[in-house]
Amino acid sequence: MNRKVIFKGVALPYLLLLPQLLITVVFFFWPAGQAIWFSFLRQDAFGIRTQFVGFENFADLFADPLYIQVIGNTVVFSAAVTALSIATALLLAVLADRQIRGAQGYRTLLIWPYAIAPAVAAVLWIFMVHPSIGLLGQALNGMGIPWDYKLNGAQAMLVVIIASAWKQVSYNFIFFLAGLQSIPKAVLEAAAIDGARPVRRFWTIIFPLLSPTTFFLLVVNLTYAFFDTFGVIDALTKGGPAKSTETLIYRAYIDGRVNLDLGSSSAQAVVLMVAIIALTAVQFRFIERRVHY
Amino acid sequence: MIERRTLLAGVGLAGAGAAALAAPALPARAQARPEIQFWYGLAGVLGERVAEQVKRFNDSQSAVTVVPSFKGSYIEVMTGAIAAWRAGNPPHIVQIFEVGTATMMAAGPAIRPTHQLLAEAGVTLDPKQYLAGVRGYYSDTQGRLVSMPHNSSSAVMWINLDAFEKAGLSTTDLPKTWAQLRAATEKLKAANATAYPMTTSWPTWVMFEQMASIHDVPFATQSNGFEGMNAELRLTGPFFQRHVDFLLALQREGLFRYGGRDNTADALFVNGEAAISCMSSALRSRVEREAKFKWASVPLPYHADVVQTPKNGVIGGASLWTLTSRTRTPAEYRGIAEFFRFISQPEQDLWWHKATGYVPITTAAYERAKAEGYYRENPGADAAITQLSRAEPTPNSMGFRLGNFIEIRNIIQEELEKAFQGQQTAAQALENANRRGNVALRNFERANRA
Repeated sequence: MNRKVIFKGVALPYLLLLPQLLITVVFFFWPAGQAIWFSFLRQDAFGIRTQFVGFENFADLFADPLYIQVIGNTVVFSAAVTALSIATALLLAVLADRQIRGAQGYRTLLIWPYAIAPAVAAVLWIFMVHPSIGLLGQALNGMGIPWDYKLNGAQAMLVVIIASAWKQVSYNFIFFLAGLQSIPKAVLEAAAIDGARPVRRFWTIIFPLLSPTTFFLLVVNLTYAFFDTFGVIDALTKGGPAKSTETLIYRAYIDGRVNLDLGSSSAQAVVLMVAIIALTAVQFRFIERRVHY
Repeated sequence: MIERRTLLAGVGLAGAGAAALAAPALPARAQARPEIQFWYGLAGVLGERVAEQVKRFNDSQSAVTVVPSFKGSYIEVMTGAIAAWRAGNPPHIVQIFEVGTATMMAAGPAIRPTHQLLAEAGVTLDPKQYLAGVRGYYSDTQGRLVSMPHNSSSAVMWINLDAFEKAGLSTTDLPKTWAQLRAATEKLKAANATAYPMTTSWPTWVMFEQMASIHDVPFATQSNGFEGMNAELRLTGPFFQRHVDFLLALQREGLFRYGGRDNTADALFVNGEAAISCMSSALRSRVEREAKFKWASVPLPYHADVVQTPKNGVIGGASLWTLTSRTRTPAEYRGIAEFFRFISQPEQDLWWHKATGYVPITTAAYERAKAEGYYRENPGADAAITQLSRAEPTPNSMGFRLGNFIEIRNIIQEELEKAFQGQQTAAQALENANRRGNVALRNFERANRA
């Protein structure tokens, strides 16, 4: 039977837990609580005049058609980033998992982009896609394709999606590679002997066995697309042109930091908080059932 | 081994000696001279000039030490200073860009108005010594300075003279009206002189604020907000309709290229891609250093059928605000006042004007620069000053005091972008910008009602 470590009394275990609890309270619960409280207030920038307004900030938000548009942007953006980064990483991992010369170096190179800060990654992309200084941008315009992501909303969205997904591919790649290497070779060999072709082996054996990894990455990537893509958007498009790449987190930043409207910004943070809690709950409730462990 | 140890010991000794020499001087200095924290938001060459300006002041007196700190962009400086005030530890002086003026003016107990600061410190500065266009922007309704003018510029038209020559255009008789400018862009395009004939930086500041001022057209009611927080935008008027239509037509015909928000289009002119651009006059030092062609800067064009003689343009740039704190001593406030007096001295102001490309803030410095022949040697360096002071300001050309102005500027840029993309007409863009901008104004009014 498993041995349990039994503490005498409760003082020591709580003492040992204290640092972790303190960090959680100070860095997570305290700011979240502040955001919730601020979302019910209306204040000037300096906080000199403060007024309790109940749910007015929320009502204003959902009455604003532009906010609804931002929700739409976020859905499109997050879904595309997640799908693109997971699919690309899976493809690369499957290719890197084969017996090839220099596999080690190849794998290492694929992991590099993860070490690049989002803003730096965005600058690299500017050098590629900028309509007048970017290599790709110049080439497209040279071929007669009118390319200007600074003025074309759809192109701008495409650029931020690709840049954000690219940033996340390495992370997904590591997990998929580890997942692939833990699939028992015997199962694959048995399938091969039975005459299953590689594509069939992938869809009937590898993909289902990878599902815990894929599920985990789905949650992580969605959270990434929601919260951590701020740097890429800020450096590439600043939410423009005409709000076409503004996501929920970017709008919360603009209203809070640039427009100095803490009430509305906090209300948006609360909406985001609720959305991401709901999303994660749904994922665990429904998608996890189909995952094979 | 021994050698290395001796060497190390020697270095240690030398270091200790240096420390010992410096030690007695430092504490005495720190005790006698209170520190004045000064946050600013100018990067690059201009940031170095701010540090130099402060150094000149520190060297000139022994009462206080001003400590300059670069805190990022104008917006970052402003939000940072506000957060610091909320946390109870703000800098003494903060540089706030002109669009933040209304927010700062509404900040009551957080700021010490400049006229009050000077009066309490016994420093007299006559507001009349500052250029009218500069003074007006930062004064209250009684004409008293609320913040200290610091770096002021205006938008001017920059022209690539090499491109003009290539297109067979005169390099001395440059376009003065929008009609002449249009004709020039057509020739530039026909001659394929540059990738794009024209672009603009700061779409809202140049094409709306400056144009409203130059053509004496209201941007908002209540004298553009000077007379009260209940101002409403007037963007749907015929003038803006006409001007945006004019720009859209230029763009459709490939004569104008939208280069992005704020100052992102600066690069298009500097690297020679656009032959004409409307940009800040403070770009002079950058253009001098980076442009590989002959250039000129002249006042912005106007529509000759709207005004026969254009009015004055408005300033951009930033001013210095004094923030309050419970721990401030009278000596510190006096130090701030002395710093303000120092930078207003004609010789200091003249140095600042020549070193940065910003307009002089005092008339005395402007007169000196003229007398020295500075503008003969540097043609175009006075384009902004000419434009700022060529007419007596009207209620439409005094400047702007609108709450949430940063947001309003972005709203106008967003709606313009939609129009440039062909998603909406000029009328729709102006209608939307007007409606959304008024919501921002009402939000500000609600949040700042006493």
